Amino acid sequence: MNRAEVLIIDDEPQIRKLLQISLESNNYKTTQAATGKEGLIMAANHPPELILLDIGLPDKSGHEVLMELREWYNRPVIILSVLDSELDIISALDNGATDYITKPFRTGELLARMRSAIRRNQLNDPVQTVVNCGELSIDLTARIVRKNNEIIKLTSTEYNLFSLFVKNEGRVLTHHFILKEIWGVGYQTETQYLRVFVAQLRKKIEDNPNNPSHIVTESGVGYRFS
Amino acid sequence: MNQYMISIGLITVTAITSYFTIGLFEYKVVALILLLMVSLLAMLFDIFPVLVAAIISALVWNFFFIPPKFTFHVGSPEDALMFSMYFVIAMINTVLTSRIRRFEKKVRDKDEREKTITLYNALLNSLSHELRTPISTIIGAVDTIKENNSKLSDHNKSELHNEIEIASFRLNRQVENLLNMSRLEAGVLQPKKDWCDVNEMIYSVIKNNKENVVSHQVIFNGNENLPLFKMDRGLTEQILNNILHNALMYTPENSVITIQVAQGENTCRFEISDNGYGVPKERIHSIFDKFYRLPETAVGGTGLGLAIARGFAEAMDGTVSLENLKTGGAHFIVEFPSETSLIHSEIENEQS
Repeated sequence: MNRAEVLIIDDEPQIRKLLQISLESNNYKTTQAATGKEGLIMAANHPPELILLDIGLPDKSGHEVLMELREWYNRPVIILSVLDSELDIISALDNGATDYITKPFRTGELLARMRSAIRRNQLNDPVQTVVNCGELSIDLTARIVRKNNEIIKLTSTEYNLFSLFVKNEGRVLTHHFILKEIWGVGYQTETQYLRVFVAQLRKKIEDNPNNPSHIVTESGVGYRFS
Repeated sequence: MNQYMISIGLITVTAITSYFTIGLFEYKVVALILLLMVSLLAMLFDIFPVLVAAIISALVWNFFFIPPKFTFHVGSPEDALMFSMYFVIAMINTVLTSRIRRFEKKVRDKDEREKTITLYNALLNSLSHELRTPISTIIGAVDTIKENNSKLSDHNKSELHNEIEIASFRLNRQVENLLNMSRLEAGVLQPKKDWCDVNEMIYSVIKNNKENVVSHQVIFNGNENLPLFKMDRGLTEQILNNILHNALMYTPENSVITIQVAQGENTCRFEISDNGYGVPKERIHSIFDKFYRLPETAVGGTGLGLAIARGFAEAMDGTVSLENLKTGGAHFIVEFPSETSLIHSEIENEQS
């Protein structure tokens, strides 16, 4: 396979350098932009496989760049930012960011998130009917969930929630998004339902519901399934 | 203003009382009683109200007590002498006492200022130590790697890399603390409340501290009967995290730390206790102060962790308190008002 190309939009030369070295030594090709405007032009001229986008850019905020990108670019955009407030994260995700990583970050973590974002993007056809995830498997046509090959009984809401997670494996889903998908418009703020169903679902699918390895909480933001 | 009223009031009351009990003692004794009152006032009040009191008392004594009464006329030379001496003594008394008090205040202020400077120096020292130690480690390790790259064994290289990693995390934590502290001081903290599964939150706090748990044991038995609580999860996590981190840092090896959570009266209450040495009684009230550190603790730290915990708890209209357990060990209690949701049982009923 060709080396995937990654566009880095960040105004800090040190961060760009660091990313360039760690990405290129992991078989990615990189291009760099120091401003939002430059980044948008480069992305349009030569659409990369994935974009790493900083929020604090000198000419326009990363949020704006993201929104402009999302008008036509549907490959993964991962936000890399020093801003760690939940509001910033949620707004970036709601504006179409694929994932959000706060600086300082671990390179291993970044690479894992990038791999998962690219893989999800490439597999983005719903032909797959059976999805495996470790000891769990879900048959999306027969609506059957198995753990270590044994069928797990889920209520219909639990199943809907679980299949939403599976379809978005590796991705942070905001509370708002999950509530809208499962319970519909008007329920977006009823996070209490979500808490209870996630707890129930964990009891059924996790080996240790107190230390979940599949449905991980992203504090104040949402959940990530892996 | 108040001091004038009290001064005049006291002299008036004393004079009236003396006037109606004048049969019991001579009018000269009244002078001493009035003088005593002026002296008392001088010990408590500023110079001008006391001067007013001194003058009024002299005039009152003259007018109401020295024969002939109800005139400012003084009958005998002896009384005239007494009156002038009263006047002079009251003045000297007032002025001297006030001077002594001013002097004392100066000394006190100076002491206070010196204490503040010492404290400030101490925190600046601990802060610069806490920031410079990891920075030195990083710079030193990088220099060594750059300059002696070929001479270093693989083992030593990986040791240096580890040191850089540890130092960076330490630096990151301190910067995080300083940022949180300035968020608190700027008063921009706005708790964002949402429903929270507190058991899950505590498990995740413990998980985040796993790297610091070397020989310690952290015990938490989830409380299944709890409802969901409405709270700012990020802030609460920070509070618990800072207290737990403290317990892990400052209790001896093999200590046991126990976390509990319960529903209070319209509140959510967390308790974190350990079986370490506890905190000396006379220091408990300072332990949540910014930059305060127990004098005998040698391990690194800036004295911000518990101050942030208190600040965050107060931002949620709550409290953090510390007491020593009878069995030794510290016992922290975090409590804040919190709505609860009983939706749990609602959903379970629906299913059955």
